[in-house]
Amino acid sequence: MRRLFDDELDELDNGFTEMGVLVSHTVQKAVAAFINHDREAAQQIIAEDHQINDREIDLESKSFEMIALYQPVTTDLREVVTILKAVSDLERAGDHARNIAHATIEVKGQHRSPEVESQLATMGEQTTEIVKQAIQAYVNKDEQAARDLVAINNQLAAINERLLREVYNQAQADSNVILAAMKYSAVAADLLRIADYMINVGEWIVYLKTGQIVELKLMQNND
Amino acid sequence: MTALISTQGLHVYYGNNEALKGITLDFPAKGITALIGPSGSSKSTYLRTLNRMNDLIPNVTITGKVTFKGQDIYAPQTDMVNLRKQIGMVFQQPNPFPFSIYDNVAFGVKIAGKTSKEEMDQIVETSLQEAAVWDEVKDHLHESALSLSGGQQQRVCIARVLAVSPEIILLDEPTSALDPISSSQIEATLLKLRTNYTIITVTHNLQQASRIADRTVFFMNGEVVEADDTKRIFMNPAKKATEDYISGRFG
Repeated sequence: MRRLFDDELDELDNGFTEMGVLVSHTVQKAVAAFINHDREAAQQIIAEDHQINDREIDLESKSFEMIALYQPVTTDLREVVTILKAVSDLERAGDHARNIAHATIEVKGQHRSPEVESQLATMGEQTTEIVKQAIQAYVNKDEQAARDLVAINNQLAAINERLLREVYNQAQADSNVILAAMKYSAVAADLLRIADYMINVGEWIVYLKTGQIVELKLMQNND
Repeated sequence: MTALISTQGLHVYYGNNEALKGITLDFPAKGITALIGPSGSSKSTYLRTLNRMNDLIPNVTITGKVTFKGQDIYAPQTDMVNLRKQIGMVFQQPNPFPFSIYDNVAFGVKIAGKTSKEEMDQIVETSLQEAAVWDEVKDHLHESALSLSGGQQQRVCIARVLAVSPEIILLDEPTSALDPISSSQIEATLLKLRTNYTIITVTHNLQQASRIADRTVFFMNGEVVEADDTKRIFMNPAKKATEDYISGRFG
């Protein structure tokens, strides 16, 4: 039997996916703007950040409404709760993309390091990839794909370590690079946080499928 | 889990129609168990076998066992008055007798034997207090119970059951004829009673089951589909049929 609830849930689900795609594009654009020193693109990202926030509020209101009006249980409840929780993770990821856009504007004109920027470009690609895969895992309701996000996150952490070492070396060798170096490490931290939020989204996908609340990163350390 | 009451392979037939298809269930002492399921799933039939209320229906055949404190309640030597004292029942429609509130509550005690006035006053007061209706009726105990509201009548009926010191209270949709406020008063009453009594209630109100029951049993077509902790039934049931029913996907 098709219920009215199912139609509303589809609408909520589509809204979440659209927001995910929007965040994914924003992260991609923020990374590209930083690498290409594109201040205009960065300005645009900052100007459009409210779109992500507005969608978060819409999806949250809709989720509260569905809980109040339909009193869902079991998988119905888990679907609504997954969106309600994961939507905050998407919004926070969007905030970090905006931080990167700010850094793009602030780093302009400073002494820069092409080696570090090339490593940041690699980190940016990996981060864009983890966002895409998290959204895809949600669309497919794919628990295994959600669990696999941790592997990309590990690669990112490894690149980040190398990058930070490079940043310190360069800053030590040439004090003119220090201001840029601070921005580089801040952008790397933003990228890592975005990836962390995607791990959270993955955890909510596991909850949706199993009813278990898990810590994917901790589970991997225990293996 | 030691069961206070349990059924083993319980079948009930109305003529040739098999209403219950071999139910095996254990109910531990104390706490609330909710029996849920679509209309016609025979959950009320099951409830009524637990204190032999089905005996009165013509053409009924019951096989299997109902064991209460180790005794088969369908054994020929069972004292029916004593059985229904120990296992009381509250029905869907509040059904006070057309006497005073006091006499309603005292009724079962009087049948059981002689009791002094002081003792009886005490039993009536305690029972009405346990049923959470004392404060509302204490000043007009000798007025007709029929003058009370539906919710108050139902709580007086609960007090009438409590007066004979039962171990098990069976309730057959006790709030379906009541408004939401009266229903929540009954729910609050049952939640207080659950520490001292074993309560088994049939309900069509799934939220009521999820709010008050410790355990929930899902019946369908005369069979038990799933019996588990209420949290598990409503958060993550083992059977798809259970999930479909409680999510309203039936029909």
